[in-house]
Amino acid sequence: MDKSLNWRETIITAVVKTCGYSAVVFVILIFFFLLREGLPALVEVKLGDLLTTRWYPIENHFGILPLLTGSLVVTAGAMLIAIPFGIGTAVFLSEIAPRWMREVLKPLVELLGGLPSVVLGFLGILLLSPFLRVFLDLPTGLTALAGALLLGGIAIPTTVSIAEDALDSVPQSYREGALAMGATKWQTIWRVTLPAARSGVLTALMLGIGRTIGETMAVMMVTGNAPVMAIKLTSIFSPVRTMTATIAAEMGEVANGSTHYHVLFLIGLVLFLISLAVNITASSVIFKSRKRAERVLS
Amino acid sequence: MKRRFRVDRYLVQRLGFALITLAAVLTFVPIIGVFGYIIAKGAPAISWEFLSAMPSDGMRAGGILPAIVGTFYLTLGTAVFSVPLGIAAAIYLAEYAKENWVTRLIRIAIINLAGIPSVVYGLFGLGVFVLFLKFGTSILSASLTLSIMTLPVIISAAEEALRAVPQSFRTVSISLGGTRWQTIRKIVLPQALPGIITGVILGLERAAGETAPILFTGAAFFLPRLPGSPLDATMALPYHLFVISTQIPEMPIQIQYGTALVLIIFVLGMNLIATFIRSRARAKRQW
Repeated sequence: MDKSLNWRETIITAVVKTCGYSAVVFVILIFFFLLREGLPALVEVKLGDLLTTRWYPIENHFGILPLLTGSLVVTAGAMLIAIPFGIGTAVFLSEIAPRWMREVLKPLVELLGGLPSVVLGFLGILLLSPFLRVFLDLPTGLTALAGALLLGGIAIPTTVSIAEDALDSVPQSYREGALAMGATKWQTIWRVTLPAARSGVLTALMLGIGRTIGETMAVMMVTGNAPVMAIKLTSIFSPVRTMTATIAAEMGEVANGSTHYHVLFLIGLVLFLISLAVNITASSVIFKSRKRAERVLS
Repeated sequence: MKRRFRVDRYLVQRLGFALITLAAVLTFVPIIGVFGYIIAKGAPAISWEFLSAMPSDGMRAGGILPAIVGTFYLTLGTAVFSVPLGIAAAIYLAEYAKENWVTRLIRIAIINLAGIPSVVYGLFGLGVFVLFLKFGTSILSASLTLSIMTLPVIISAAEEALRAVPQSFRTVSISLGGTRWQTIRKIVLPQALPGIITGVILGLERAAGETAPILFTGAAFFLPRLPGSPLDATMALPYHLFVISTQIPEMPIQIQYGTALVLIIFVLGMNLIATFIRSRARAKRQW
């Protein structure tokens, strides 16, 4: 082999390797910048003041509890929708629907996954919230419930797609074995197939939650954006404000380097750490099956 | 087997199937409804003038040309950064990396990158590209922010496509005296290309529809002219839809639906192209 060829190989290997590490570099960079811009908030505002219930930045009240509870209420509501409908649809597609129906319907769910969230928010303002206001006789339709319904719709494509893959990868012999023992189709689904696909279904739910907590535009447009504590059961029918919506709504108007600016980065840091926790938990399951991990991302 | 009471298990089955089917119907009907409704309401708004004119009368009349062009520029800018980097990273993972803790770390990083909330990318872009590197609120800052967000999608799709190429192709090339890079460039990449293109389009589709990451890095409320350089801010379809549906009083409803429809066509059109390339490549594949 001639020498120039050898040199080229070495250089290309080095370049490719550097690019290969880029994902790690970016995660560290993002973490570093959030720390750099967010941590000063802990010096400027006392921790005790951050953990209060009043978010009113103009008068220097930076209590982030209303935003945390807002995010929690909306996410919990979304999961109450995404769990039964997401898993139900996945079971329907994988176990009940005939093949042609599955070939048509699964791309349809994935099409919903590709719908920009701002479009869902737009429909939420024009159709969903007026409907909720009239139907439930509320003073305003822009409530946590509207946000939860939209977020359920956003979590469903992720949940269905991954859960269906997990059900699909359960070996056919499991089902045949159960049926041969005299179980009904339903008993087979409920006692054999679903438990066998458990880890994949849980991953699907985790990643659905991950998408829900981080969702910004749809939530900002329909939840009414009132930073009040959402701890009562009826909070679901009143306006709330999530962490993501607060950043999106207020970042454009703050002075760079002000306390308000630092607090918004601190909220970003909290969101980053939540998504890190969710994804590391989910991926510890995924690593048992490499193929599934790839589908998660595609 | 112990049983407290006997229930007809076929009755249970029928109930169960009915519930599951109901869940599926309640999932699919709104999906079809959403797309159908936007198409029905948006189609009358779309005309040549709507697509090719500047907005007028405080965006309440005229067209949405600057938003369409802006989204096109942002998608292109995102591709410039994320495609070479993403494909190179995928080549590393599929062809060079050994299964050790470093590779495991890279995979964890990719999964986490995919899960970071889009608004956090917006914060990061503001901190790094707009303020620290002083690119300002510009197409450049927004494209760089969107590229990092798109990277995990491109890497994992491209890696999957590369791994799908049979090992024997590589073995033959190496045995004929090809170097590792020659094998990748002349044999593996061309075979994996349809899969890689599909992944790239799906990643860019996501970037084109995002609002939160460009909110503080490059999006403009209104511009009277088209952006002239990468350092200009730009209007964009998703942000424009957000603005006209929440910030402008007495906005004609038809323009809102029209903008939503154009955005959907832009994004889902990319999706259809990707699906088409994938299915055609599958049909033509020899292995």
